[in-house]
Amino acid sequence: MNTNTLDYQSKSLLQRLNWQDWLYAIILVAGSIFAYTKYAKFMDIYEISFLFGAAAVFSYLGWQWKSLGKLVLGVGLVSLFSISLYHGDQARATQVFLLKFLISSQSAIMWMNVLFVLAMSTYWFAMYKRSVFAGSVATALTWSAALMGFVGLMVRWYESYLIAPDVGHIPISNLYEVFILFCLITALLYLHYEQRFNTKQLGGFVLLVVNAAVGFILWYTFDRHANNIQPLVPALQSYWMKIHVPANFIGYGSFSLAAMVASAYLLASKNVLVSRLPSLEVLDDLMYKAIAVGFAFFTIATILGAMWAAEAWGGYWSWDPKETWALIVWLNYAAWLHLRMVKGLRGPVLAWWALIGLIVTTFAFLGVNMFLSGLHSYGTL
Amino acid sequence: MRFAVSLLTVLGIASIIGTVLKQNEPYENYIIKFGQFWFNFFESLGLYDVYHTGWFLSILLFLVISTSLCIYRNSPLMIKEWRAFKEHVTEKSLNAFSHHATLTSNTGPDNTKQQLVNFLQAKGFKYKVRKHHDGSELIAAKAGTHQRLGYIFTHVAMVVILFGGLLDGNLPFKVQEMLGQKRIETLDIPESKVPEISRLSTSNPSFRANMTLPEGTSDNVAFVRVRDGYLVQELPFRVALKDFRIEHYATGQPKSFESDIVITDPDSKTSITKTISVNHPLTYKGIAIYQSDFQDGGTKLNFKVWNLLSNERQPQVLNGAIFQKGSLGNGADALTVEYNDFRKFNIINLSPDGKGKPHNVGPNITYKLRDAQGQAKEYVNYMQPLQIDGKHYFLSGMRETVQEDFRYLRIPVDDDLTLNGFMNFRATMLDASKYPELAHRLAQKMAKENKGVAINKQFEDSVLKLLRTFAQGGYNQLAQVIEKNVPEKEREIAARTYIKMINIAALEAYNMSLVANKKPMLVNNAETETLIQDSLNAFSDMFFYGTPYFLQLEQFEHKEASGLQLTKSPGQKWVYLGSILLVLGIFSMMYIRERRIWLLLNPAHNQVNFAMSSNRKNLDFEQEFNLYREQLKSLLA
Repeated sequence: MNTNTLDYQSKSLLQRLNWQDWLYAIILVAGSIFAYTKYAKFMDIYEISFLFGAAAVFSYLGWQWKSLGKLVLGVGLVSLFSISLYHGDQARATQVFLLKFLISSQSAIMWMNVLFVLAMSTYWFAMYKRSVFAGSVATALTWSAALMGFVGLMVRWYESYLIAPDVGHIPISNLYEVFILFCLITALLYLHYEQRFNTKQLGGFVLLVVNAAVGFILWYTFDRHANNIQPLVPALQSYWMKIHVPANFIGYGSFSLAAMVASAYLLASKNVLVSRLPSLEVLDDLMYKAIAVGFAFFTIATILGAMWAAEAWGGYWSWDPKETWALIVWLNYAAWLHLRMVKGLRGPVLAWWALIGLIVTTFAFLGVNMFLSGLHSYGTL
Repeated sequence: MRFAVSLLTVLGIASIIGTVLKQNEPYENYIIKFGQFWFNFFESLGLYDVYHTGWFLSILLFLVISTSLCIYRNSPLMIKEWRAFKEHVTEKSLNAFSHHATLTSNTGPDNTKQQLVNFLQAKGFKYKVRKHHDGSELIAAKAGTHQRLGYIFTHVAMVVILFGGLLDGNLPFKVQEMLGQKRIETLDIPESKVPEISRLSTSNPSFRANMTLPEGTSDNVAFVRVRDGYLVQELPFRVALKDFRIEHYATGQPKSFESDIVITDPDSKTSITKTISVNHPLTYKGIAIYQSDFQDGGTKLNFKVWNLLSNERQPQVLNGAIFQKGSLGNGADALTVEYNDFRKFNIINLSPDGKGKPHNVGPNITYKLRDAQGQAKEYVNYMQPLQIDGKHYFLSGMRETVQEDFRYLRIPVDDDLTLNGFMNFRATMLDASKYPELAHRLAQKMAKENKGVAINKQFEDSVLKLLRTFAQGGYNQLAQVIEKNVPEKEREIAARTYIKMINIAALEAYNMSLVANKKPMLVNNAETETLIQDSLNAFSDMFFYGTPYFLQLEQFEHKEASGLQLTKSPGQKWVYLGSILLVLGIFSMMYIRERRIWLLLNPAHNQVNFAMSSNRKNLDFEQEFNLYREQLKSLLA
């Protein structure tokens, strides 16, 4: 009897933690303290709170999702190793073998691109062959791409300080850098759902949008040479960037993920690939969850953006094209959620809507920079 | 709600118009773009400042009202749902639930109840027990009903945010304008002359105004731009600019814009000194002061003025300052110089394929030359030579209207990287007294090169004529003369001969001018050839420069003006409060899941009726129901 009563009693998070989890958190906190003792004089109070906040957030995320914890440690280790190979000299990025071909910022990002392409092909192959093994390989490739991408960004962060101390900044400041961030966040969001719902069949779909971004990165690198590190314009020199941009890209990433799931839904509802895809209910649920996460973070990002604008542009809302389009995106998904939650709408209409929503989102993200002029002109094509 | 959604759709479309059509441009730009008819039509709709039009504000106002009504109507229900346990359901209605199960209980009535209560508590449910007359007991439980607060939070948030936004809007001014109490000023007159009707007092609750302060000056008014005019906003303090600074990165890109300002408050007789910069505004008396832009504050300028089309060798001196006017020439040909802008740093990408790195090419000056009829041409001159294709040139651009691109006169530098080499060469080429000597030298040279060519007086005469023609209009004049006098078939040969002769004459002229200035002569090489070619091109282009006067910037005394933005926004704290509510609301609406469980204990039949519901049926709920059913089954077994 007593054993039975214990069965349903789920343990709280703290009770579930084992020594590895605590070790993981201690490493993160120790890392933050180390960074604090070394660099506190270069940070303002907000940045210091972000530093320790990051340790807390990633501890929590790593506890909830063990694979992410491993990725965080992996990124930390490889990035530190890469940085140690530089000896404080940027020129070594193209001289030292390991840096030149593997873990300098540029090489790591290129590896990320390659691995994402491979992962997508493998996902499609796995779906076609219904191969579990190939599916696992695809997942591993996606994780590796995420590892290399984050290492690339971390090392780029370090490299920016090698150019000149006043040039150094977090690599989420222009279109090239945020595209990498977009690939990584979208991939991680997908991996999270894949692990929770066992939906490897969707990998090929989600990686389509990631690889579209990879294509852009390649074009931007080779045709426009946009991969060079540029110093920050005065308006971007603010702690707000460190929270506004990531929050925004969790939003963009989730909306893209939702759109890709929606495309799978639409195919399945027309009996295409239906035997290879998860059930419509799962797809529908996944689409909802992605949009819910995206909407929450997009709201936060827009509010943070408004607060930043109040500090940098003289007003929290100036009807700048970027602000206005953020509002339109927000209204679009607010309507989507209303229809689903209040009216109980389901089915292809919402899927089509999520897909078209991606076009609106893309315009807000890219189109505004390309076609409209405004204050938020931080990335040009 | 349908009404609210329609309003939101209109709002969305109106917002898109505002992003596609660039807002708050000078009205002339719109007239040029659309033509007079459409300009008037769009103006009547207020499309040049969509977000401040009456109809746009009315939509916002309607949204506030409609959302408030929605909250008023639905909140009581939501609060009821939030608090209620719904313990009045009957067995019949439980069995009608889509998620229900009948479980057999073998643990005895009291024990069963205790176990079920423990189960509910472990799952985080709150419960209420109700005994029925027939001896059965109903446990009604709920979890996550805080989700209902999400509805209230999000909708109140919308109202609070819009309310804050309206506080910061220009609604009071709109009303005063409609009542005729206020009017925008459209004339460019000194601030002190602006009449009372176009002035906003210090008690104006919210505004967004701009002021431009040259270094070393102070002011206590700012300007609010409205449509094609402005209003004067009086400030409760005086702002003085001590210094404005731009710092640059090693690559030349701007790193920071900073203003040292002093605020003097007439009320408290105190003053505050503070440095503001982008991202670091100063707030005083509820007014935030931002570093917004910068411009020239009246830089003093010293020029050498070359009269390109005369054979004068010495330039005149001209002094001026930005925003001031000067004059050139005399009588009917007199020109007014309007010094418009001076830029100390110009980051330009000069690489031919556009792929190189942009870099700083030094100061430039923009000015207009206006003739007696009022016609003006605009010029932009770079102080230092620019490197183009590996060679250095002084650049001066000219355009007749704002829509055009600048067309550039490229003057090659001499060995000392100055203009003097070209200017002396030009003077020689324009000096008819030098022509006989030039013609003589040319004849000798030709004779040396082509033995057998008759070098005689007649040849020298034709050279004289050639030089005179060239001095009247460069290559273009030459082409016209050839076209007029030479039969079509021979034109090409003639042109080639003339150009060759001009080249040789130019080299001689250049050398002559060098010798006159006691400089070494040019060496015969490819570099010299390019220099002569570039000099001849510049000489020919000079006739299309639109004026004989070339202003060479010699010295400047930089004085900057800082552009400050001053805002008072009482709505900001409301907007932030609304934002916090919005985030709380969204998270509770989406991440708190309302679930209800009913357990009807029927001791007579050793049965427990289990039913579960949620206001959002999705996959999580299905899984949870199945899990609970199995757990309860084994619990009661």
